[in-house]
Amino acid sequence: MTTATAHHDDHGHHGPAKGIMRWVLTTNHKDIGTMYLWFAFTMLFIGGAMALIIRTELFQPGMQLIEPEFFNQMTTMHGLIMVFGAIMPAFVGLANWMVPLMVGAPDMALPRMNNWSFWILPFAFGMLLFTLFTEAGAPNFGWTFYAPLSTTYAPSSVTFFIFGVHMMGISSIMGAINIIATILNLRAPGMTLMKMPLFVWTWLITAYLLIAVMPVLAGVVTMMLMDIHFGTSFFDAAGGGDPVLFQHVFWFFGHPEVYIMILPAFGIVSQIIPTFARKPLFGYASMVYATSSIAFLSFIVWAHHMFTVGLPLQTELFFMYATMLIAIPTGVKVFNWVSTMFRGSMTFETPMLFALAFVVLFTIGGFSGLMLAIAPADFQYHDTYFVVAHFHYVLVPGALFGIIAGVYYWLPKWTGHYYDEKLGKFHFWMSFIGVNVTFFPMHFIGLAGMPRRIPDYALQFADFNAIASVGAFIFGFSQLIFLYLLIKTIRGGEKATDEVWEGAEGLEWTIPSPAPYHTFAEAPEVK
Amino acid sequence: MATSSYYVPESSHFPIMASLGLFGMASGAGGMMNQMSAGESGYAFPHYVFFAGALLLAYVLFTWFSKVVTESRAGMYSPQMDRSFRWGMSWFIFSEVMFFAAFFGALLYVRQWAGPWLDGQGDKGVSHMLWPSFDYSWPMFNNPAGADLPGPNAVIDPWHIPLLNTVLLMSSSVTLTFAHHALRAMQRGRTIFWLAFTVILGAIFVYYQVLEYIEAYSELGLTLDSGIYGSTFFMLTGFHGAHVTIGAFILFIMWLRICKGHFTPEQHFGFEAAAWYWHFVDMVWIGLFIFVYIM
Ligand code: HEM
Ligand SMILES: [Cu+2]
Repeated sequence: MTTATAHHDDHGHHGPAKGIMRWVLTTNHKDIGTMYLWFAFTMLFIGGAMALIIRTELFQPGMQLIEPEFFNQMTTMHGLIMVFGAIMPAFVGLANWMVPLMVGAPDMALPRMNNWSFWILPFAFGMLLFTLFTEAGAPNFGWTFYAPLSTTYAPSSVTFFIFGVHMMGISSIMGAINIIATILNLRAPGMTLMKMPLFVWTWLITAYLLIAVMPVLAGVVTMMLMDIHFGTSFFDAAGGGDPVLFQHVFWFFGHPEVYIMILPAFGIVSQIIPTFARKPLFGYASMVYATSSIAFLSFIVWAHHMFTVGLPLQTELFFMYATMLIAIPTGVKVFNWVSTMFRGSMTFETPMLFALAFVVLFTIGGFSGLMLAIAPADFQYHDTYFVVAHFHYVLVPGALFGIIAGVYYWLPKWTGHYYDEKLGKFHFWMSFIGVNVTFFPMHFIGLAGMPRRIPDYALQFADFNAIASVGAFIFGFSQLIFLYLLIKTIRGGEKATDEVWEGAEGLEWTIPSPAPYHTFAEAPEVK
Repeated sequence: MATSSYYVPESSHFPIMASLGLFGMASGAGGMMNQMSAGESGYAFPHYVFFAGALLLAYVLFTWFSKVVTESRAGMYSPQMDRSFRWGMSWFIFSEVMFFAAFFGALLYVRQWAGPWLDGQGDKGVSHMLWPSFDYSWPMFNNPAGADLPGPNAVIDPWHIPLLNTVLLMSSSVTLTFAHHALRAMQRGRTIFWLAFTVILGAIFVYYQVLEYIEAYSELGLTLDSGIYGSTFFMLTGFHGAHVTIGAFILFIMWLRICKGHFTPEQHFGFEAAAWYWHFVDMVWIGLFIFVYIM
């Protein structure tokens, strides 16, 4: 009996397989999380390279480097890759790594399906990227792919784009189901909902949003597919349909989608700030309620992207006020982060620097969002660089800084080594400067009327465009520092303690660093 | 015991193979459709890719589910695992609800807003100047583009085949519940009977749906390309029909499993999941019957 038990034990704890097949066949949440993160990082560089092509073309007025057709393909692919290939998979990777560790689960609830969710992605993006090398060229209708530009006037690669979106949708839905099931069903005894770390809470709500809106995205691309190849009239007024219908369905997905890209970052920042302020999070319960109300409101604000499309007046007013309501729970969050730091004994390690930059710069993005939410004013701002400035402030120093902060924060737990703090700070300052130099001037050229998605522009916008392009190169190349730092940390460095950070609390800091291949085979007790 | 009672498989080749199959299907279907619209005909490379992908995916899913069944019957799953499956299935069905919601939403939007506006009514009636002779009605027999894009001559009468189909699907939900009660009461014979009954009702439903489509295409001029009425009609009923087909197929697999002696009165989540799915498909039909056929 004892030998049998011992043998069984041994089996349950054996480490990773060797070679590439470890990654291909794995069911381990840590392996899968790592793959998601590397995939997202790769996509960040590919999408980033496209952004630099765009910024090079825009460095000076006049057509410099590329054809307008190719410019359109670059803006489209940049947006799609960053949203679906970089930000979303990076968050799923962090959830894979951290949710089981934070709730005390042995793995994700459905481990094989977990790996399926991941492996769909390289195929989907491989297919999408492949269209760049075809005769028809890649999709060129913008990441929001408005009909009829994406139907009647689309290049034939739109068909592969549609099937690619279906694949990403399947992946996201399965991933989200897995995360929800893990959180609802695999928590350690004693870990009640209101004791869950905020990263887990925000991911629970994000997963809910994903399951609610990814199918709607699947629906809208299916309507496109049918319009293009099977003669339906969904987005064709000649047959009684309406191109504006496309925008309604798309943004019903699209607005919750932008919260899918920010809520997990809220969670990460809510983990990091208490640690480095050495104080518990201020207003935990209000954070949970604020996140839930943001998620709820995100379903009833979509038409703020469509103020200029020709909506009835009452509709404009409803969506304007509903959008402004979101500022309240968002304000609650910012207030709580600031109050957590108030009179804390703060230190400024790299994760904290990124988290602080997040709070400040995300708030700027939130304010420009409020400006855009004023329907009459949006007639001026819409489709200008002001919108570009807004969403890059919420997505780059918002979502992306949140991800980077999380990586720095948990890296010692993953690798067992502290990263090089000097290099981390250097990376932070270069990124911080780069991001602001790139995107801050866009507010001005936007307010002055420069349209977005245009390869050439009037002379009066020249100076700020040149500045933005310089910033973009600073930001882009700074990420190579990050790549170098990551490789360096994986290969060695000062040995990390189990707790890693002095003020850190939570189950993930009770296990050894690096985290063993299998953790919490026996559920921990949470008091 | 130091190991967890929660079963975490060591490694598996299902995910990568299933991804490969899906990729074959997606890229193959993309190529097929592009060739079709470009006017090329006959079998070519994309078709083979599509069928190879579909076969691979079907094969992987079959072996994958078989493995799960074997593991379950070997007692490797704890009650906690069972709950994971339940959450998984519930959220999957929720995602399906939202998929249908997109199409119901499109129908609502067209009928409530876009259509009347094109006719000059309401807040955005200016769009009337696009086709000044257009009169909005639902069903839309005359499309805005008029003779360039002919609408249907007639639409399906709700009180014939659709009503019959409603009765068929409603009864199938009842017979499925009988099967479930019998399974819980350990009456295998009755379970087999009622489940078979359910599958047959589902099959008859699909049969009538096909008849209806044939009628629509051959007699009514109601087709996918007959304007927005045909678009919403076929997309909603078509996706529903596909779901009935899949649901009936899953129930048929459950029937085979019950015949082979699978499931106990306490443990039969596979059966329950199939039943949830079937009831969901049923609810969608009620929506279709009311909003697509009657109203
Ligand atoms: C206080 C919160 C926010 C408000 C009030 C707000 C408001 C708006 C409005 C009104 C627009 C449309 C502007 C136009 O096209 O004319 C917009 C665009 C956008 N917002 Fe926000 N927003 C907020 C937060 C966020 C967050 C958190 C994200 C993402 C993480 C985000 C991502 C975007 C994106 C991607 C677009 C542009 C989409 C496109 O047309 O390509 N926003 N926002
Ligand atoms: Cu929005």
